[in-house]
Amino acid sequence: MADPVKFTIDGQELEAAPGTLVIEAAKRAGIEIPSFCYYEGYSLQAACRMCLVEVEKMPKMQVACTLPVANGMVVRTDTPQTRGARKSTLEFLLTNHPLDCPVCDKGGECELQDMVFRYGAGESRFTETKLHVDEQQWSPVVYYDGPRCILCFRCVRACEEGMGVAALGVVNRGAVSLIAPNGGDHLNCDECGQCIDICPVGALTSGAYRYQTRPWEMEHTGTICTHCADGCKTTLGTRNDQIIRGNNRDRSGVNGEFLCVKGRYAFDFNDHAERLQSPMVKVNGKLEPVSWAKALEVVSKKFGEIKARGGKFGVVGSNHSTNEENFYLQKFARQGLGTNNIDHRRTGDVVTLVDALSGTNGSLATTADMYERKAFLILGADLAVEHPLLSFQIRANYRHHAARIYTVTARAVREDDYAVRSIRKPAFSEFEALEELRGALAAEPELVILFGDTVKGPDVRKLVEFGQSLSIPVKYTALVDYSNSRGAIDMGLVPELGPGFHATGAAGLTLPEMLAAGDLDALWVVGENPLAQAALASKKAFVVVQDMFLTETAKAADVVLPSASAYEKNGTVTNVCGEVQRVKRAAATMGAKPDLEIIGLIAKEMGLAATMGPWLPDTVYGEIRRTVKGYDIPLPLVALGAQQTVPVNGRVGVDVRPDLVWSAHENLFTSGTLGRYSKILNSVIEKRSGAATPEQELARQ
Amino acid sequence: MYNQPSPLEVPVLTRRFRLPNSHKIDTYLANEGYQAFEKAIGMSQDDIINEVKASGLRGRGGAGFPTGMKWSFVPRQSPKPKYIIVNGDESEPGTCKDRLLMEFDPHQLIEGILIAGLAVGAHQGYIYIRGEFRYLIEHMDRAIDEAYARGYLGDNILGRGIKFHLATHSGAGAYECGEESALLESFEGKRGNPRIRPPFPAVAGAYSCPTVLNNVETYCAVPSIILKGAAYFAGLGSPKNGGTRLFCLSGHVNKPGVYELPMGFNLMRLINEVGGGVRGGKKLKAVIPGGSSCPVLKADECDLNLDFDTVAAAKSMLGSGGVVVMDEDTCMVKAALRIMRFYAHESCGWCIPCREGTTWLRKVLQRFHDGQGVKSDIVLIGDLSRNMLGRTFCPLGDAAAMPTIAFVEKFRDEFEAHLDGKPCPYEKKLVAA
Amino acid sequence: MTFSPELEARFAKFLAKYPEDRKRSATIPMLIYAQDEIGSVTPELVAEVAKRVGSTPLQVEEVVGFYSMLHKGKGMGKYHVQVCTNISCLLRGGAELYEQASQKLHLGHKQVSADGFVSLEEVECMGACSWAPAVQINYDFYHDVTPEQLDKLLSGLMAGKKPEEIAEVKKVSC
Ligand SMILES: Cc1cc2nc3c(=O)[nH]c(=O)nc-3n(C[C@H](O)[C@H](O)[C@H](O)COP(=O)(O)O)c2cc1C
Ligand code: SF4
Ligand code: FES
Repeated sequence: MADPVKFTIDGQELEAAPGTLVIEAAKRAGIEIPSFCYYEGYSLQAACRMCLVEVEKMPKMQVACTLPVANGMVVRTDTPQTRGARKSTLEFLLTNHPLDCPVCDKGGECELQDMVFRYGAGESRFTETKLHVDEQQWSPVVYYDGPRCILCFRCVRACEEGMGVAALGVVNRGAVSLIAPNGGDHLNCDECGQCIDICPVGALTSGAYRYQTRPWEMEHTGTICTHCADGCKTTLGTRNDQIIRGNNRDRSGVNGEFLCVKGRYAFDFNDHAERLQSPMVKVNGKLEPVSWAKALEVVSKKFGEIKARGGKFGVVGSNHSTNEENFYLQKFARQGLGTNNIDHRRTGDVVTLVDALSGTNGSLATTADMYERKAFLILGADLAVEHPLLSFQIRANYRHHAARIYTVTARAVREDDYAVRSIRKPAFSEFEALEELRGALAAEPELVILFGDTVKGPDVRKLVEFGQSLSIPVKYTALVDYSNSRGAIDMGLVPELGPGFHATGAAGLTLPEMLAAGDLDALWVVGENPLAQAALASKKAFVVVQDMFLTETAKAADVVLPSASAYEKNGTVTNVCGEVQRVKRAAATMGAKPDLEIIGLIAKEMGLAATMGPWLPDTVYGEIRRTVKGYDIPLPLVALGAQQTVPVNGRVGVDVRPDLVWSAHENLFTSGTLGRYSKILNSVIEKRSGAATPEQELARQ
Repeated sequence: MYNQPSPLEVPVLTRRFRLPNSHKIDTYLANEGYQAFEKAIGMSQDDIINEVKASGLRGRGGAGFPTGMKWSFVPRQSPKPKYIIVNGDESEPGTCKDRLLMEFDPHQLIEGILIAGLAVGAHQGYIYIRGEFRYLIEHMDRAIDEAYARGYLGDNILGRGIKFHLATHSGAGAYECGEESALLESFEGKRGNPRIRPPFPAVAGAYSCPTVLNNVETYCAVPSIILKGAAYFAGLGSPKNGGTRLFCLSGHVNKPGVYELPMGFNLMRLINEVGGGVRGGKKLKAVIPGGSSCPVLKADECDLNLDFDTVAAAKSMLGSGGVVVMDEDTCMVKAALRIMRFYAHESCGWCIPCREGTTWLRKVLQRFHDGQGVKSDIVLIGDLSRNMLGRTFCPLGDAAAMPTIAFVEKFRDEFEAHLDGKPCPYEKKLVAA
Repeated sequence: MTFSPELEARFAKFLAKYPEDRKRSATIPMLIYAQDEIGSVTPELVAEVAKRVGSTPLQVEEVVGFYSMLHKGKGMGKYHVQVCTNISCLLRGGAELYEQASQKLHLGHKQVSADGFVSLEEVECMGACSWAPAVQINYDFYHDVTPEQLDKLLSGLMAGKKPEEIAEVKKVSC
């Protein structure tokens, strides 16, 4: 490390690493230098001129956003001259900016409003007519109001540098300059909405949120996005228990300010008209609404009967239920119902990876590693569409630290654009490229290997052997789908393994086996839709389904219990990197109940309350802490931010079935059942695929 | 040439202009052409740069930065290729000299570029020419072809193992692309927004490689300096302002035209003796001494020598050599308005003070000239200009602000004469004239 | 998109000027020469230039809007009359020339005649200050233009003549 530089800002004697910008150094010392165009992490512009400061021995004011600190430099940020400059810049800015704050979505959260409040003049001397252009809609979710745009170019950079998409540009010259989309009059992009989020004013607004509410009328709840496995923190703005907005403006969580199209917009499944609100029981082949008491009674009686006669249960959990729900469900199955027939849809071979890494420490990559480690090998995965956050992190790493990226995929992926090597290999033969890369990879100081579902079972072991043979520090990520695939396996939702990867040593049916068993007496499905892909062989099976919607599986059920969404409950989930995070209720339910409560009520009804213990999320979490290795983390700590868990460190002892691992490869615009019921995702898909209907698009996936 | 010569001229850069076929390489070779280049081949890089430094040559594009010094900033050890870029954007209102240098003596420019290439170790040059000068681009292309054909450009120039390639590059109408860093962006095929500096072009210019970027006239002076010596060139001008320069005399004079005169030539003599005095025997009111971005001088301030330092001391600038003469019937509000219209039209839009400031000022000045001005507008015009000054991303903002401040400060009475619904007092006279 | 062989040859020359990985430099020269041939900068042209220089269409679009000489939509007339009214020309009657042209042609700033033959533009300084007032028709300069000369030029154009056929007025040549 080079010696720190010593300098003075507003009389404070400060130190910082060479190259630190004055605006950053000031911020760290608690001195605010106003800015519009400067945005940490993105390229410098020096365009807005809000950050002008006085520097001793320099005749003109200097822009703090591009000026590195220097030894002996004396900076003044608050002088008559700087105050005057800020005031006049704001006065200039307001000449063509419409003063429609009362109807602007950004009103109350607008950086320009705040600046004028703090640094501006009470009145403007501008009496001429303002320039005007009409508002444009660029996509179902992105609107652009030219006159409000202050040309800070944040959106352009967020899209080009942050997302690697470069769908926004600047057209025209001078005062009539505007931001423009890449499709001429529309956007061809990820529709992630980062441009809207980063816009300091109301120039870019969201199709989902515009004109819905005033920001101060909403309640804000920080929780975790429920769509993919990356586990982005999202802040849901709700009014009257309706979710109106998703964003992450406090930049906390594993994702900083990143959110993809799903995280930002696809919360609207929550209010879908087809949400189940009442339990239903099948009478004469038809599902009829009944009271909760009635439904619970039917279920518990039937379960009790089957249990009493030693009948065959099949219990299916979900890779987007919370850890608490899954833990409780497997406990109920194993201890309450006495069956080991429990499974879920497995989407990545985490178990073999953990087993192969037995005896090593810190070998599972964290989300932060994606931004910090020096090299990446991506096998068989299209991160930009399947793991948008990981892709974003690696891209930022490339921009800020020149990370070196190697891709081995069947088709072109976005990472190719900045990869040092890109190799095309058909799925399942990604391995063939490894030897070709050995020399280059061995020369890297450290490496993270990310692999998709085409690498499983023995291949995972071979991959780890390859990694260890490079003689450099290597970390791994087995890519999984959905918000809690990792948690489902950690909580023991497979016959072979109990919570914390403890071999159960007992036989049990896997999900396909349950469906194929002609003698199955009961199938209990919590938050999963297995009958969408396969038929149920047993004609006599009593089917209980807990779901938010009347899915294919729910339609076949004898009893349907409406469940709360992830945005309506508390608990924890574990993301693709094994980081456990807290989900928090943002909205109340209408008739539905959280799965944990439903399971608890069934237990109670069956007289199993004492065996099962309370169905309070925090209490169940306490049990998880005691039972699952790596999860011994106090809840307040989890609430503070993601904590990485390693469910075991040692041999797992049993082989889990690699053939059951498969990913749905859902892309940015699809997301299983939830995505299907998101109007916004569907409207985006519709727009993108032209003639194809959303259903066709989904079928194509 | 488009105008008659003046006996007071000291033709150095223009000395071949009136020869028949002056643009042909044969004419050039027969008249000292490429001799300086041959001489420079025998000199070390330091020798060339020191010679240019000693000549007192200062950039002719506007800022007057010492050329030799600029060349010395190019890092010798850089492993990157180096580039010579010629600023032939010539778009400062009042300026029309680079055009002539390219038209009448293109090989002098090529030779200057070649010598710059030797000085910094560059093997590739580009001449950026404004798109409106299409005929010149094609004219320069022909001259470049001639130079290739005669072995003055190529991989092994004159069999001496020197490599240098040269090409023209067309702009497409944007004043801002005359600003060096915006020019580089434009050259790279982008919008002409200026770049953050440092790094300066000498370190990271074209394609982020070390680059020498000078005005056409600056390069054209180099062959004479090398051939005839720094002392000769320095001796032509005034202290710290070596050589001659092409003054573009325009506006209300009897003999407008481009005249090559020694640096430090007196402005009043330029108007009266070279330019034949103010047209129609009218009285002189004001002069813009170096292109539209330079603060206007009142008639009584015009007895001064035209070199960078003297004009700066008079709180204006020598700029690009565009001397615009205005007679007693000229409306200063109208002049200020027209100049501001230009800057508002040409502001690239990157930074707030320039983008919004020029537009606002244009609107106020327009309203003012239309007779809708109120007294507070006069203060406002000055204020807004001062609020732009020194705060914009590139000097275009200053270029718009400085002349405006001078117009209001020096001709406040004319602004007042327009107040409160009064028609422009000069409009009638102009129509009558 | 297909262009004339001459334009293709020019494109090839442009692309050869710049280093291998810097073909984007050819964007502006290609656009302006192509506009001369096809009349304006069309979306197809933008896409074609982008393809050839290795940019995205948006990157080319960004450029198009920045430069005054690049025209989108229908473009300017076959003969584009440009009258400079900037300071040096203003002082010598440039604004009056523009007014005269506007009235005679019944065209305003950047307007094109119905038959697409003539268009008019009030332009910024074109580098002819010492020979003001100046007019450009397409790329040809006319210096020290008098109202009479302009009248002849415009009458000729309105009668469908090419500027070079209007014998009384000579362009500046080199
Ligand atoms: C807004 C603006 C426009 C400029 N236009 C020109 C121009 O048209 N031609 C030119 O040679 N220099 C122009 N310059 C100056 C250049 O930035 C640069 O200083 C010059 O080309 C350097 O060459 P020199 O040292 O030989 O003068 C302009 C500067 C600014 C700020
Ligand atoms: S001063 Fe600002 S807006 Fe004006 S031309 Fe320079 S960068 Fe562009
Ligand atoms: S923050 Fe420095 S210029 Fe915008």
